[in-house]
Amino acid sequence: MKKSSLTVLVLLLVLSLGLAGCKSNSEGASGDKDKGGGVMIYGRGGDAVGLDPAHETDGESFIVTEQVFETLTGYKKENTDVIPELAKSWKIADDGKKYTFTLEKGIKFQDGTDFNADAVVKNFERWMNGDAAKFPYYASMFGGYKNDPGHVIKEVKALDETTVEFTLKRPQAPFLKNLAMSPFAISSPAAIDKYGDKYGEHPVGTGPFKFKEWKRGDTVSVVKNDKYWKKGLPKLDGVTFKVIKDNSARLNALTKGEVDLIDGVNPSDIDKIKSDKNLQIFERPSMNVAYFGFNTEKAPFNKKEVRQAISHLVNKDDLIKNFYNGTAEPAATPLPSSIAGQNKDVKDYAYDEAKAKELLKKAGYPNGFKMDLWAMPVSRPYMPNGQKIAEAIQANLEKVGIKANIVTFEWGTYLEKLRKGESPAFLIGWTGDNGDADNFLYTLLDKETIDSNNYSRYKSEPVHKLLIEAQSTADEAKREELYKKAQEIIHEDAPWVPLVHAKPQLAGVNTIKGFYPHPKGSQSFVDVSMSK
Amino acid sequence: MFSYTMRRVGLLIPVLLGMTFIVFMMIRAIPGNPAQLILGQQASKDAIETLTKQLGLDQPWYTQFVHYLGGLFQGDLGMSLKTRSPISDEIWPYLAATIELSLVAILIAVIVGVNAGIISAWFQNSWFDYAVMLIALIGVSMPIFWLGLMEQYFVSIKWDLLPTTGRDNIRMPVEAITHLYLIDTLMEGRFDQFIEVVKHLILPGIALGTIPMAIIARMTRSSMLEVMRSDYIRTARAKGLKMFWVVYKHSLKNAMIPVVTVIGLQTGLLLGGAILTETIFGWPGIGTYIYDAIQSRDYPVIQSGILVVATLFVLINLFVDILYAAIDPRIKY
Repeated sequence: MKKSSLTVLVLLLVLSLGLAGCKSNSEGASGDKDKGGGVMIYGRGGDAVGLDPAHETDGESFIVTEQVFETLTGYKKENTDVIPELAKSWKIADDGKKYTFTLEKGIKFQDGTDFNADAVVKNFERWMNGDAAKFPYYASMFGGYKNDPGHVIKEVKALDETTVEFTLKRPQAPFLKNLAMSPFAISSPAAIDKYGDKYGEHPVGTGPFKFKEWKRGDTVSVVKNDKYWKKGLPKLDGVTFKVIKDNSARLNALTKGEVDLIDGVNPSDIDKIKSDKNLQIFERPSMNVAYFGFNTEKAPFNKKEVRQAISHLVNKDDLIKNFYNGTAEPAATPLPSSIAGQNKDVKDYAYDEAKAKELLKKAGYPNGFKMDLWAMPVSRPYMPNGQKIAEAIQANLEKVGIKANIVTFEWGTYLEKLRKGESPAFLIGWTGDNGDADNFLYTLLDKETIDSNNYSRYKSEPVHKLLIEAQSTADEAKREELYKKAQEIIHEDAPWVPLVHAKPQLAGVNTIKGFYPHPKGSQSFVDVSMSK
Repeated sequence: MFSYTMRRVGLLIPVLLGMTFIVFMMIRAIPGNPAQLILGQQASKDAIETLTKQLGLDQPWYTQFVHYLGGLFQGDLGMSLKTRSPISDEIWPYLAATIELSLVAILIAVIVGVNAGIISAWFQNSWFDYAVMLIALIGVSMPIFWLGLMEQYFVSIKWDLLPTTGRDNIRMPVEAITHLYLIDTLMEGRFDQFIEVVKHLILPGIALGTIPMAIIARMTRSSMLEVMRSDYIRTARAKGLKMFWVVYKHSLKNAMIPVVTVIGLQTGLLLGGAILTETIFGWPGIGTYIYDAIQSRDYPVIQSGILVVATLFVLINLFVDILYAAIDPRIKY
């Protein structure tokens, strides 16, 4: 016993020397590793939830599924205009209720089965026979499931091998944009049958990369699809998505060369990245809006003058400088510039305390009032720090005698209470789904979406008329006009103070070529390359 | 000894049951609906209601508890609400990552901590003693995330010695067999990968090991000081034994009992308390798994995750108690 304890001690000492030895051995070795033949490592803050796109709602899942899957229609690289993808062309009937798609010929899924009209029909039938627990996004975009009265799609039919016909119950103007969304990517029906409940761990699509491996909480890797239907693509041999939760640690890993591209860059780190000649910044065009909303049913915010007065008291440039480090643009209307229909002629309420006082007097509150201001408890790309922004607004309101008391709740509760209209005034935001103006204006400000996402409970007949007309108009130019008019009324009524459209920042090594972050938040790496 | 062990194991059952109940009630006391958090901001009211029902969250809590407990007795840890996979399938890779990291951290803590404590006690009130106690004080009070980021900045980026994040080199990933990468790489005969894994373990190991190291050093020092004042030590010295043997052989053995207790407790704490280290070092461990589950109110994962960690914690402490008898034959159970 005596001897053995000493032996243990000596062993431990030897081990510790061994560890120290490893430390010095590693010098230089871990520095410049071979780039492994063009596998790009993408560092991000969270893991995917699942890899069956129809099942998921979170961006971290879609970043991966975008590589494996494709949709019938697609988006242009820099905005949300619709372009052909798996469908090479389409015809829309004059009444807007029939869409006939001609599919690309000869495409195969990664499991070797054929992509054809039948596969498309099977995918849609799978979704419309599901429910909110299985395919949550489907109901949000297509109005419900098979037997729901709101369900837009009446029938999906395969006319022949490469022709699919969609019959709608009523026209849906954003239909083509909806089809381009990540959750409505086309899966291999054979693979769905084969894997059943486990399909979310074995995704099979037609995309440029095949799913390889998923180490939960750590990495997801996809490799080049050698039989990809677009000639000469993809350029990369593969992409590995690596979870590094902390923003600073993720940047450290990029600086060290362990990862090639990262998202979720802290605005305060941007100068540091710009000064590093090995790195470059990518800016994602904004498809979001952060706003300061009022409950238009609650006094004193039921008075337009009060809402306008407060609109004059928010200094958006200061907010952008202090809390976004310049990576956002001031919002004059709810729509960001990446979305067709943004009204650039709307002139924002200028910061003006005298004007605000005058308006308050007119509304009958010459000495201000007391109010609760709700601040978001979580960080979102459109609002990195709700608490701080609330404090900045609070300070400005104080100047005209409005005493704001900052309130917050747990995130789930926060959303629930907003939906029920329990908050008088609140900070919140929105990230677009399909890149259509309808998805902002109707979803957030129509009288029909009260009790849902119209947290302001804003009710305006003229706006409602315009939005409904826009929903059933197929002509894009005409729709834009309607949305522009709606934005003018909304600006005048001021149910919100639109704060900013934030532009999320990514950083990568400067050998990355051909990467354009898409406004919707994820994109395929099909034509990205990394030169050595 | 055997009957003592059996009695202790038997006692585990009510302890773990009670803990399961407390955790079950506590997570339901925090506000937030998992269905809302799973479906996100875009979700409609109907969708949230449908999902709540499907997940069984509309049932009264006692029904849910009995259901969960029933599963546990059949060895079923439940399904994750978020990923909809069985937790027993999901949890091992996370747990393995944490076990590997914790063992390295405690190894570093024990080697450095015990030796620093011994030498401090040996040369009490010397400059070395003061230095060790000062470093130990700093070590206990240092924020781990700060230490981690500093390690990355200096050791990895400035001096280019070690990798910043992860368990393995992502460009040369380890094929997981047991998910304990040190073992996996050796089983596959990939010595190059083994070295990579060791290199990836050092920085997070130090970050995680710093606090236990400081606590162990202080405990060892005070325990040694006490023992070294006893009569048998004076006898040992009087018979002309070299000081080194007096300290490392005669004193250490008696001084080890409280130190071993602390080591056991600290090892247990590391298993659940590695969340900061895991966050900084991109380490896919059990702390992150449970933390994410709390964020999304994934009740079954929180319950089962904590249950697994608690079981390990209790088992480690049982092992320590049994170890006493091995260290000191005078202790008999």
